[in-house]
Amino acid sequence: MYIKQLSIFLENVPGRLRAVTSILADSKVNIRALALADTTDFGVLRLIVDQPELASIVLKEKNFTVKLADVLAVEMDDTPGGLDRVLKVLEEEQINIEYMYAFMGAKPKKALVIFRVDKLQQAVEALQEKGIKLISSEEDLVDLIYFCWD
Amino acid sequence: MYWNPKYECMPRTDLQQVQFERLKQTIERVYHNVPHYRNTMQNAGVEPGHLNTLDDLQKFPFTRKQDLRDNYPYGMFAVSLSEVVRIHSSSGTTGKPTVVGYTRNDINHWSELMARSLMSAGAGKDDVIQNAYGYGLFTGGLGVHYGAERIGASIIPISGGNTKRQVMIMKDYGSTIITCTPSYALFIAEVIEEMGLSKEDFKLKAGVFGAEPWSENMRNEIESRLGILAIDIYGLSEIIGPGVAIECKHQNGLHVMEDHFIVEVINPDTGEILPPGHRGELVFTSLTKEALPIVRYRTGDISRLIVDECECGRTFSRIGRIEGRTDDMIIIRGVNVFPSQIEHVLLEIGETEPHYLLVVDRIGSLDVLEVQVEVSEKLFSDEVRQLEVLSTKIRHEIESVLGVSVSVKLVEPKTIARSEGKAKRVIDKRKI
Repeated sequence: MYIKQLSIFLENVPGRLRAVTSILADSKVNIRALALADTTDFGVLRLIVDQPELASIVLKEKNFTVKLADVLAVEMDDTPGGLDRVLKVLEEEQINIEYMYAFMGAKPKKALVIFRVDKLQQAVEALQEKGIKLISSEEDLVDLIYFCWD
Repeated sequence: MYWNPKYECMPRTDLQQVQFERLKQTIERVYHNVPHYRNTMQNAGVEPGHLNTLDDLQKFPFTRKQDLRDNYPYGMFAVSLSEVVRIHSSSGTTGKPTVVGYTRNDINHWSELMARSLMSAGAGKDDVIQNAYGYGLFTGGLGVHYGAERIGASIIPISGGNTKRQVMIMKDYGSTIITCTPSYALFIAEVIEEMGLSKEDFKLKAGVFGAEPWSENMRNEIESRLGILAIDIYGLSEIIGPGVAIECKHQNGLHVMEDHFIVEVINPDTGEILPPGHRGELVFTSLTKEALPIVRYRTGDISRLIVDECECGRTFSRIGRIEGRTDDMIIIRGVNVFPSQIEHVLLEIGETEPHYLLVVDRIGSLDVLEVQVEVSEKLFSDEVRQLEVLSTKIRHEIESVLGVSVSVKLVEPKTIARSEGKAKRVIDKRKI
């Protein structure tokens, strides 16, 4: 019920993001979604890719600090109140969101949101109970995103 | 002007006689009272009886900072604690400082050395000495204090910090001599200018500056901005504190108080003694100390010996300005910092093989220390908040160990240069 997210430590200087993308390009890893958190000195790049294990290996070979973490990918209605409905479930369970990022879904009127939460298993159960759709593998996610882009 | 012309201007042959007699007593005393010395001498195949001339000193083994640490806290003392009247300590790596003790006689001698030093800078009983060295475990504050009282000058024990108040007191109390680190002297000069004052508002005539490395450029700047004579003083707590060597008004090397210490300059790699004029590591042997006599102590400071006669009339040999260190110790605002201290903090935080770099710079006249830490997988979190917590934690722990403020910058792995297996730990950008 989780998908793997790649996070990478980057110094906040010109060229570092490009260093990551060029390594991924050489390894033919496709980026599906990304979010970048930044501070004065450094940033953390979070990526959803089609081959997370491979991406992790090739980046580590080039001395990047990389972490694979389980995150939730939630499909929701791309209509007013869509996100609110999901957040309501998490709130009721007192689940804290460490961070999240959203992107357009492949299906019409659907959006996808990646959540990093403190109580992962509890979040999964609560969302499923409410009939909220979780993407369960990177492949599913790829298909979902690919659909409209092709 | 001399405090004690009998010794300060003693003919060299007489001085050497004094040195030899005192050295013999020192070697006897440490051999019989300090197990560490007896062991190292026995291991080196020497005993007090082998000392028949001053030159025989070189047969005796060196003492290193590590020996003081290994015998923490009182193992190197040659007297019982009942005879010790003062304890100071220097900043230590891994949380263990080196402890130094003084008997009443030691304090007397130290006061004498500081009286000589202050007088060498032109101080007399009519002077008002503003002592901005830190009071406390650091030897700078109390060392100057006792010397100033010995000559009968009026000492203002203001200690470091609160610079505006320093300036106000300097002006209102009519301080004639300032004692502090050279970088702090420059900072005071800046604050004076910021406050809209000029050197004509003050009665300052001289300053005695030490406890950190400085240069002729800095001297020129201090002298012109404060309108004073800037005198260099040398010392370290393991030997006694400030007052081991002092410049005279000719400002051409620091006279070593040779009736109390023997100075040698050695090749730090081979340990062999270098002739005058050659740069090497300063090694000192105490001649009069009772609580913590020290034999051939390797200071890690690089300088050279100057033996020509000085116009001032003192017969003591001089050492040149301290030019660097044999290890990678750096001095930030008068505080000794070893890279190993940073390493220790990172190990405590859970880093198994910490990679870090200390970048020292001088912004305005204040030293700043940035600690760059490579973010390993172990330290890394995908949450920015956790990384910020980590960075703050590293900063707090380093600051509490070092006692100086630092900034911490997290950097990517392998971005800190490694050379021949041993990483370069320090980049000193200060132009001093």
